[in-house]
Amino acid sequence: MAINTEKNSYTLMFAIGLVVIVGTLLAAVDSSLKDKIRVNKLLEKQQNILYAIGINANQGNSVSFIAADKAEQEFKKYITKQIYIENNNVIEDKNAYLIDVKKEKALAKDPDYSRKLPLFIAEKDEKKLYVAPIRGKGLWDAIWAYVSMDENMTIQGIYFDHKAETPGLGANIKQRFFMDDFIGEALLDSNGNFKGVNVSKTNLDPKNNDKYDNEVDAIAGSTITGDGVTAMIRSDLSLYQSYFNKIKNN
Amino acid sequence: MGFLSKKDAKLISDPLSDNNPITIQVLGICSALAITAELEASVVMSVSVLFVMGVGNVVISMIRNIVPSKIRIIVQLTVIATLVIIVDLVLKAFAYELSKTLSVFIGLIITNCIIMGRFEAFALGNGLWRSFLDGIGNAFGYAVILIIVGFFRELLGSGTLWGIAVLGDPIDKTGLYALGYENNGFMLLSPMALIVVGIIIWIQRARSKHLIEE
Repeated sequence: MAINTEKNSYTLMFAIGLVVIVGTLLAAVDSSLKDKIRVNKLLEKQQNILYAIGINANQGNSVSFIAADKAEQEFKKYITKQIYIENNNVIEDKNAYLIDVKKEKALAKDPDYSRKLPLFIAEKDEKKLYVAPIRGKGLWDAIWAYVSMDENMTIQGIYFDHKAETPGLGANIKQRFFMDDFIGEALLDSNGNFKGVNVSKTNLDPKNNDKYDNEVDAIAGSTITGDGVTAMIRSDLSLYQSYFNKIKNN
Repeated sequence: MGFLSKKDAKLISDPLSDNNPITIQVLGICSALAITAELEASVVMSVSVLFVMGVGNVVISMIRNIVPSKIRIIVQLTVIATLVIIVDLVLKAFAYELSKTLSVFIGLIITNCIIMGRFEAFALGNGLWRSFLDGIGNAFGYAVILIIVGFFRELLGSGTLWGIAVLGDPIDKTGLYALGYENNGFMLLSPMALIVVGIIIWIQRARSKHLIEE
């Protein structure tokens, strides 16, 4: 080759050329796939919410959602009402599931901002279930969950997910043995005060027979992820208590 | 391997034995520690590295004569990062479930020093076909160790393989657990990965004495 690749001007030109090529390539790939990815994410959210109310394809110990192409139809069938709570006002909005909990949580740091709290009301086997999306911090990155409760704030189903917890340790929060432990746990104590559910390392009830101890068994080796789950349930689900008090008094 | 010359076949077989990237060159240890707590994660990581290394080596080999040597490391990083992002986007659009399993590892591929090592040591000085063979050869060498470590860590740490309980139920005390066996939670922590890799290195050197340094 006749080009002198050691010249500064060549190096600079090469760098610029590379950036342009790579930038164009990535932009093209991203924009051509953007819509597909967005649809996938929405379907996943619907699958997650349906999972929390017990509409799933679980077999044995697996965690499986219903097929993505059925999600939208099933979602319409079971979720009878979508609302969000803002300043103690309940507002019905059939697109409440599009509310970005991450954004709302970040904006809520500003004391003047009134956070929108989405809640999905499902009807299944003649029973009303209330599904709340919550979000918190694990060890490496975000963790989130969809929690379905009855009107006494007793957990009826839960789906956890995480962005980057350690496989085999913190990532196990999305395994059946951990998620199923929450089913039937009361979020309130016997006096009706909000207590949440503690992911406890000193739990003396590993089979979780006592559903009113506000405790589930932690996963060994994932203390920080477990603490994150405890904190997320406490900080986010407690915000819904006033709503539940209201429907109980009606 | 009939269609490969002897020299080419060595490019594939060497990394699997006497020139393994993990046990001999001690590269790529970071990801070997981080993700081998589960067999499935090890396999998925291996496949991703196989792809990035095969294609990346070819791309680098293609542009080897026009890359200014002053910025070659940056160019290599750009190539890896671009490939990884494209893979990530394509998976998110067409295989969403798989992309979620992969999420943690996608970022880790960029930092895998084996890839940079092979770009620098091989692809910059060799032709397309040989670079491709070298890339997948080293990826296989990496994969073998990852899968062995993942197998033992998941089996002894969680009593499962590929997420399926193979030793019985630790809470209901069935299978092996009925005899008083307990999972060793220590196996799930990173230090044990290092010890397992150490044992593999020990076995390998005990078997082929010429690998032992003076």
